[in-house]
Amino acid sequence: MNTVEEGGGLHPETDDDVLEAIRWAAGEEVPLEVVGQGSKRNLGHPMQTAHTLDLSGLSGITLFEPEELVLSARAGTPLSAIVDLLDEHNQEMQFEPADLGPLLGDLPGQGTLGGLVSTNICGPRRLKSGSVRDHILGISAVSGRGEKFKSGGRVVKNVTGYDLAKGVTGAYGTLAVLTDIIIKVLPKAETEQTLVLEGLDDQRAIEAMALAMGSSAEVSGAAHLPAGVSGTRACTLLRLEGFAPSVQYRIERLHKLLAGFGEQHHLEEQTSRAQWWAVRDCIPFAQSRDKFVWRISCVPSAGHSIVETISKSASIDHFFDWQGGLIWLQINGHEPQDALIRAAIRANGGGHATLIRADAATRQSLSVFQPQAAPLAALSRRYRENFDPHGVLNPGRMGQ
Amino acid sequence: MSGLLMPALDQSVLSRRDKIVSDLGRLVPGEGVVSDESEMRVFESDGLTAYKAMPFIVVLPETVDQVAAVLKYCHRHSIKVVPRGSGTSLSGGALPLEDAVLLVMSRFNRVLEIDYPNRCVVVQPGVTNLGITHAVQGVGFYYAPDPSSQIACSIGGNVAENSGGVHCLKYGLTANNVLGIELVTIEGEILRLGGKHLEAEGYDLLGIITGSEGLLGVVTEVTVRILQKPETARALLVGFPSSEEGGQCVADIISDGIIPGGMEMMDSLAIQAAEDFVHAGYPLDVEALLIVELDGPEAEVDYLIQRVREIAKRNNSSTLRTSNNEEERLSFWAGRKAAFPAVGRISPDYYCMDGTIPRKELPTVLARMRQLSKQYDLRVANVFHAGDGNLHPLILYDANVPGELEKTEEFGTEILKLCVEVGGVLTGEHGVGVEKRDLMPEMFTEDDLKQQIRVKCAFDADHLLNPGKVFPQLHRCAELGRMHVHKGQVPFPDLPRF
Repeated sequence: MNTVEEGGGLHPETDDDVLEAIRWAAGEEVPLEVVGQGSKRNLGHPMQTAHTLDLSGLSGITLFEPEELVLSARAGTPLSAIVDLLDEHNQEMQFEPADLGPLLGDLPGQGTLGGLVSTNICGPRRLKSGSVRDHILGISAVSGRGEKFKSGGRVVKNVTGYDLAKGVTGAYGTLAVLTDIIIKVLPKAETEQTLVLEGLDDQRAIEAMALAMGSSAEVSGAAHLPAGVSGTRACTLLRLEGFAPSVQYRIERLHKLLAGFGEQHHLEEQTSRAQWWAVRDCIPFAQSRDKFVWRISCVPSAGHSIVETISKSASIDHFFDWQGGLIWLQINGHEPQDALIRAAIRANGGGHATLIRADAATRQSLSVFQPQAAPLAALSRRYRENFDPHGVLNPGRMGQ
Repeated sequence: MSGLLMPALDQSVLSRRDKIVSDLGRLVPGEGVVSDESEMRVFESDGLTAYKAMPFIVVLPETVDQVAAVLKYCHRHSIKVVPRGSGTSLSGGALPLEDAVLLVMSRFNRVLEIDYPNRCVVVQPGVTNLGITHAVQGVGFYYAPDPSSQIACSIGGNVAENSGGVHCLKYGLTANNVLGIELVTIEGEILRLGGKHLEAEGYDLLGIITGSEGLLGVVTEVTVRILQKPETARALLVGFPSSEEGGQCVADIISDGIIPGGMEMMDSLAIQAAEDFVHAGYPLDVEALLIVELDGPEAEVDYLIQRVREIAKRNNSSTLRTSNNEEERLSFWAGRKAAFPAVGRISPDYYCMDGTIPRKELPTVLARMRQLSKQYDLRVANVFHAGDGNLHPLILYDANVPGELEKTEEFGTEILKLCVEVGGVLTGEHGVGVEKRDLMPEMFTEDDLKQQIRVKCAFDADHLLNPGKVFPQLHRCAELGRMHVHKGQVPFPDLPRF
């Protein structure tokens, strides 16, 4: 049964509770804020909802078969529980879930599987292994219409019907409330090392990263931290993961390939891991909590030009992940600079910018997510309305 | 399935044929419109040749604007449209309808841009899957998804079907390798989703469109990720006395943290047929034959070969060979690659199925299939993408024996139901099309299917694009949009309402 607490919080514990709650909300056209542990509550547009649908009671791992590389869990399952269980079996979610807690002024290690899937924010391995959406095999959910549905399954190779599992990933809970999620899990790499190139400027670093990614060295992370962000010297990080003999062999090849790109040194396993966690979670910008932080997805080779364009008109700090295709940008000033940033992206091959850290008033006043061209915006609206015709789930969270 | 029910013919469209032909001729001038029956016959079926239908009119556009104009025209005049790439679908996805314009995308055959620093290629949808690899292999790159029809199938068709191949476990399906598309909606709007950047913004419509079987829009441009070719590849050929031992070996390899580039299994009838055909040197005294291919840097491959050998021995392998050169590796694959035609030699006809199962269920499924084989008195050979659980049973039959095709289809249906029963799915890579359309309720509830159709409604509210495919019944969108609210059943009477 749903229990209702003062202040209008609904606490479902079963799928049927969720169904009941949404049917009520849809019938009465009462908007709900859908939350797990609330760790990502400050992402997206602020909302005015009288009620919250708190999924933290919908918790538990429902299936884990390491030999079949599959895990399923209720949407409210803490990520930490999943990570721990996978760890025991030397497996992981290969897309490296980013933990934005520290960046957003919160504790690390928070969040649920449902929140992870709903935001689709992954880490440095995006380049090689894809994002959250590439590892979702199936979902069970309740649409904003108040109907249960499922999509996908527990097997990797499946083209039966539309892939609604991808379709609700990254939707910030605006289409349906996830109740159960099936993901693909994979073996952890036996070891890792990072090759560091020192002292490169942005443009040169992006060239080096492109060269490394285009080689057969199977680089699984390519980031560049300019001087100031990573200490006194800029460093370009190239991660190699896998079986020990393979990593050793590849790092030697990479070392030779990049001989012309500045001084080199290696980070061994422990240091390498810590360094990539910092990149994944945007730790360089976790200190100044009142500054705006943008996450920009762009054409990798254009990363440098975008930053250069923006920095002509605004004081910023930045670093690159994904070979230059992901820019983390911190603004040193009181203007969020959305128009400037989006114009720079448009002028440099396209992409999109999301305002990740800002006060509620700012997130209310501008587009947190990239505005879409009119026909695509209209299609997105129709798409949403076919899940949630009355707009009762996280209304306005994505800004439509 | 033989008595396939397709959407009712629209007589008003049929009666306006001459006018429509001339209108379309103005939109796509030159030789863009084919209306002569003898010239249209080549399009009457796709790779699922058991089904044929004469298209209403065939249109071969050359530009995006022409595609948009044709779709807009069809939308305005309520004319159905069936998009078609190379026509290699094995599920009837491109089966024409007698009152539908068949929109053939084969003239969109150009590679538009190769961008090595960003490791992507922008192509038109009629470019073949292998054509992409050919365009970039000179500098050591390739496009990873490799459906077995890759020499002929188009990338636009791959997007429509979310095509797989033998390397999916390690390198993903089409959906994991496409960065962006340009799509024309039935209303003639041209949309761009994603691009060369790694993540598309907003809702993952790219993920929805990939694998939507031509029901949501027509793809006119595709941006794909390309990869550097692995430095080397070596294969092991491993025979087992039983499929249980073969299955356990696969599980143990994965448990050991090894993700092979390819891992294929064949059962004894498939082994026998392949060996008779290509003389690959396959052992004939085994129940299951496993090909494990490891690709990557040389040091890694050499190291893993030893680990896999040990795992195979622990699982009682009776044959264990390792390729030491490229020629040997290809000889291991020769039989597997020729498995379908090899089976074609030992039977007048065969019917290729495509279910996916949790790998651990393989012995159970094979045992049940043997029982069904006896029951239907039809032989079945199995090839299995062991890494990802995708099973291709080939049912051997003779279409000239009255009733045998129907019996074969019934047997096939039983196999697919079995796949679903053990936790698998109806189709791993061939698509639903018309072939598995009526089996969808085996896997989905009415509400599951309605939600999928509602997505269709967001793109194509009049159901003009490829109707009769994928969904057993297309509910009218207006009907699906209605909300059925049960007043008086409000669960929280105490909460304030507004």
